[in-house]
Amino acid sequence: MECVTFPREAALQLELRGITKRFGSLVANDSIDLTVEPGEIHALLGENGAGKSTLMNVLYGLLQPDSGQILLDGKPVTFHSSREALNAGIGMVHQHFMLVPVFTVAENVMLGVERTTVLGLLNRRQARKDVLELSARYGLAVDPDALVDDLPVGIQQRVEIVKALHRDASVVILDEPTAVLTPGETNELFRIMRELKASGKSIIFISHKLKEVQEIADRITVIRRGRVVGSPPPSATDEELASLMVGRAVELKVHKDPARPGEVTLGIKGLHVVNQVGRFVVNDVSLEVRSGEIVGIAGVQGNGQTELCEAIMGLQHVAAGSITVEGKDLTGAKTRTVLESGVSYIPEDRQEDGIVEQFSLADNLVLDLYNRPPYASGVALHVEAIRESAAKHMEEYDIRATSIDMTVGTLSGGNQQKVIVARELGREVRLLVANQPTRGLDVGSIEFVHNQIVSARDHGTAVLICSTELDEIYALADRIVVMYEGKIAGERPPSVSIEELGLLMAGAGAAGTVHEAQPA
Amino acid sequence: MSEQDVGPEGGGTARPAQSQPAEGAGEPDPASATAAEVLSPRGSGVGTQLLNAVLEGSSAVVTILAILLAIVIGGLLIAFTSPTVLHAWSHLFSSPGNAFAKAWDVAASAYSAMFEGAIVNPHTITAAFHGGSTAAIFNPLSETAVNATPLILAGLAVALAFRAGLFNIGATGQFIGGAMIAGWIGYAVHLPMIIHVVVAVIGGFVGGAIVGAFVGDLKARTGAHEVIVTIMLNYVMEFLILFLLGLTVFRAAGSPNPISPTVLNNATLPHLAGVNLRINAGFLLALAAAAAVAWLLSRTTLGFELRTVGANQNAARAAGMSPERTWVKVMTICGGLAGLAGASVILGTDFALTPQIYGTYGIDAITVALLGRAKPGGVVLAALLYGSLNAGSVTMQAQTQIPVDIATVIQALIVLFVAAPPFVREVFHLRARRAGSDGQLLAKGWSA
Repeated sequence: MECVTFPREAALQLELRGITKRFGSLVANDSIDLTVEPGEIHALLGENGAGKSTLMNVLYGLLQPDSGQILLDGKPVTFHSSREALNAGIGMVHQHFMLVPVFTVAENVMLGVERTTVLGLLNRRQARKDVLELSARYGLAVDPDALVDDLPVGIQQRVEIVKALHRDASVVILDEPTAVLTPGETNELFRIMRELKASGKSIIFISHKLKEVQEIADRITVIRRGRVVGSPPPSATDEELASLMVGRAVELKVHKDPARPGEVTLGIKGLHVVNQVGRFVVNDVSLEVRSGEIVGIAGVQGNGQTELCEAIMGLQHVAAGSITVEGKDLTGAKTRTVLESGVSYIPEDRQEDGIVEQFSLADNLVLDLYNRPPYASGVALHVEAIRESAAKHMEEYDIRATSIDMTVGTLSGGNQQKVIVARELGREVRLLVANQPTRGLDVGSIEFVHNQIVSARDHGTAVLICSTELDEIYALADRIVVMYEGKIAGERPPSVSIEELGLLMAGAGAAGTVHEAQPA
Repeated sequence: MSEQDVGPEGGGTARPAQSQPAEGAGEPDPASATAAEVLSPRGSGVGTQLLNAVLEGSSAVVTILAILLAIVIGGLLIAFTSPTVLHAWSHLFSSPGNAFAKAWDVAASAYSAMFEGAIVNPHTITAAFHGGSTAAIFNPLSETAVNATPLILAGLAVALAFRAGLFNIGATGQFIGGAMIAGWIGYAVHLPMIIHVVVAVIGGFVGGAIVGAFVGDLKARTGAHEVIVTIMLNYVMEFLILFLLGLTVFRAAGSPNPISPTVLNNATLPHLAGVNLRINAGFLLALAAAAAVAWLLSRTTLGFELRTVGANQNAARAAGMSPERTWVKVMTICGGLAGLAGASVILGTDFALTPQIYGTYGIDAITVALLGRAKPGGVVLAALLYGSLNAGSVTMQAQTQIPVDIATVIQALIVLFVAAPPFVREVFHLRARRAGSDGQLLAKGWSA
């Protein structure tokens, strides 16, 4: 047991003083002061690219500050590497986990601090014991023998927390930990954070989600453009926090007139999609979306929404059922045919499916239009036309980049999403299929994307939007359809209570919705 | 995990496991980690990462320095494998000056012989003023161009495939396919001037394209990995040509050896600068092919598709492209380019099919494509460099008895160093890759 010692039961007080970090001529952190008291959950709130991650990388020894000091319990320290930061008691859980998927939890935890038995073999038993003990101590419920690959994201995150604790961290940095979690997993994480806090650990919680910060933080520091712009109390309202973050008043509510639904644009009847192991991931879904209305599909992640969207787009094989767009049968059609029928698509995972990071802004803005006039005729690509329209879109959709030749991978997430929105809405659209269109975006960008979608609706576009964020569903949807385990669990007007929606999403209301069955 | 190299943006990419075991206790250099992140945005596989490293991993400066470094090390090898130098060094302490002078002499004479064989030999200029042949002046350059021609074409075959995310190891097999058909048309079919050579060249393209299309089709239909398929097809094609040359249809009449009849005069690629110089229209064909590939990549819808498929298959699908169809098209074109390389050899310099007609072109093409960073212009430059080393090494052996293999060693060293930019940077004390990487990061960090 000499291995897991907790010599720093007396927690650390952490202070950052005047941290400045420049990249070239731009200042990513401009003399930032931040104090984290022992046993406190300190939220770092800011838009994407405000300098939160840079600051944390300075603290974690991955970057050296140009000026300023880090003090631990009043003593100045410098970290030249993450190892030194770790040794000083600072642990970090990155947004994207650093786990070996084919290793067990215990193996992942001991990685980098492997201990051996007298025979020089790996001491797996000790690692198991450590994991069990830490798990019990902080209520983490992590099985040391499970393969990381088999674990859900929420548990993988806990493995990362166990790793930090195993390395004896007194200050745990959580970088956007909730971005990958379901609401339920988020609640679990918050419970764990409170446990950690109760045992005297300090937590730096990085987020741009206002509600979460209000719920969990003891203190809040808001960063904008590399500067600390305020330390509002957790009791501050959404609007106060948002305007601090963005630097201007932000409309959290989307202003929209009542929908004026027209003809049926998207008609889905008895749609079935089968996954690789033969299960129905979309099970007998029938749905109509009329022009000029937004239908919001609510549901916990992984209940068939993605497959539904992909089936409409011709990216999933349709096992049974039919899909029509403006009366035209598009069941099993090629993606290109669907796109050319006036359908636009905002995929769930923008970096995976929506953009090509190595490509320029201009190329990304025509990614699914490159073969149509005016961008091409025959085999020839009209580079001038592509560039002209790119410049126009960049202006119109406020994409912040230095030029249309900039590589999209270097843009922030919000700007990448604007590229997709500009591409998909910047043309004649009959139907918009948007899956999680604002995932991972900050409030300013969300406001922008929402307004664009509503204005498309007002111009007569039919919109099908899937979101796991209920706020988004409430903000946009004219009708709410809940999906649960591949089926439609019910349809409700936007005035439905959040409790009822929550029950439907959990599968409870399924029986009561038979009467809402579609008018075949 | 905590020692992991995470870019200053806090790991903006999902690469949970790849670098972990190796990095265990390593102290990462944030700047390079960032650059790596910028360059290989999503490690969706070793292939993608390798491809990114090839396409963008080393700047032109690093490439040039790698070449310099390889030449210096090659010089040391030349010097210290020479008996005279070794003898002089055995008396290092009695006459150190002599030891160094000998080493310098040997290496310098080897390289000057190489230069004379690849670029220009001053003696031929003097000779020309005294009634010698002017053609002799240009003979080295002609040899360089002749050596570079098949390398440009086959290099393009590999480079274009790279851009579509495919590893075309099969230039050898495609080369053979092209050489066989071009050669057969060349000696077995009787056509008028000009038309004959044009048909033979087109036949070369078709021969390679068939082999390439087969690979693309297999991958598209069954998911068979192109590396395995192309390597295996190389064997198939190598033995096929051996087998065919054993048949009377292909073998030259009365010849006891497996050699085809000689290509008819009408089918040979015309000389560009008189019959005394080997440089022929094949070189122009190669340059035109490079220009065509450049146009294909940047100015056509197919080029846009293949770049998209190469960079992000999922996004390509979501954008309505069909990676499968793109693979078939790309591999057909790549095969055709390698087939043209075969045609340029059989119709330009060799004139008869032999079992070893493919030489090492298919394999050299891979290194040429890597060195040229999978860009058409780069491939031309890299092939010219390789061609000049090949041409020069022959003269070097003739003049100095140093084996031609030293050229292969230098070529290998260049590729080795190009593939290891951090090493080259270390040797030359260069600052971390890309002065702009910080700026890029910043742009990412600052645009909300």
